[in-house]
Amino acid sequence: MHDLTPILSTVTASFLASFVEVVEAFTIVLAVGVTRSWRPALTGAALALAVLAALVVAFGPLLALVPITVLQFVVGVLLVLFGMRWLRKAILRGAGIIALRDEELAFSKETATLQQQASDRRADYLAGLAAFKAVLLEGVEVVFIVIAVGAAHGQTLYASLGALAAFILVMLIGLAVHRPLARVPENALKFIVGLMLTSFGVFWTGEGLGAAWPGEDFALLAIFAIVALASFAMVGWLRRSAPAGETAR
Amino acid sequence: MNIVRLVLKELFGMFVDDGSLALLALILIALIAAAVKLLGLPPLIGGFLLLAGCLAILLESTRRAARGKRR
Repeated sequence: MHDLTPILSTVTASFLASFVEVVEAFTIVLAVGVTRSWRPALTGAALALAVLAALVVAFGPLLALVPITVLQFVVGVLLVLFGMRWLRKAILRGAGIIALRDEELAFSKETATLQQQASDRRADYLAGLAAFKAVLLEGVEVVFIVIAVGAAHGQTLYASLGALAAFILVMLIGLAVHRPLARVPENALKFIVGLMLTSFGVFWTGEGLGAAWPGEDFALLAIFAIVALASFAMVGWLRRSAPAGETAR
Repeated sequence: MNIVRLVLKELFGMFVDDGSLALLALILIALIAAAVKLLGLPPLIGGFLLLAGCLAILLESTRRAARGKRR
């Protein structure tokens, strides 16, 4: 159980974070495929995946050269920044301060843009470029998440498996429903991911500073619980302090 | 070249959304690291201060964003 805690938390964080990113990329690739054709959609997506793979192959081995305490501290700081950014947005969305992300709306916007470009002689290129950009940009976040949650404890393999599982699951669901995955509870997922990444960040930054957390890896669960309770309290407080009827949905 | 710029912009945006949240978090970490390394603050106390500080920064950032939206 003691060894399972970091593995399970790594796989879960990587899977959930990657799931959200893959859903967003899938929406754009689907819009390109349906509106234009599948050739530019799949070519753009495949090229982006190749660039991401090249980035991992080029920079991945460099991490092995960094001393573990330095790596934990640097990754911890980046995770604090990254996780708090996700958590902040999820809290504001949960409290109704900013609107929830709408995959149907994102799909419609991309479709409208592609339709406007339909008469352009470079329409296939532009469509492929849209798919390339979407997969590359969302993929960069997935690569960072896999490296960040995996590298500091030597669990990059588990983190990669979590991301791969998310990719396969989104593709399977997407192929089955053949439409944007609008019913995915994206904000709830982002909330959980924000909580996990922030907790990982605090835990590893602390370890990087030399802190021996009580309970060792179990401390991660305690930090998660504290961050979760505080975040839910913030959502409740922001909701209560909102003037009646003034929420963005 | 545009793609490189796009990726760099995305990388920056991954960590910085609300600039003051990122800045305050970095200042907090720098102060705690300095206190641990230079003033002999026990690292575990530094860890707990980091946790409390991050939550305080998050509260301030969401409160400010809510106020800004409602104005």
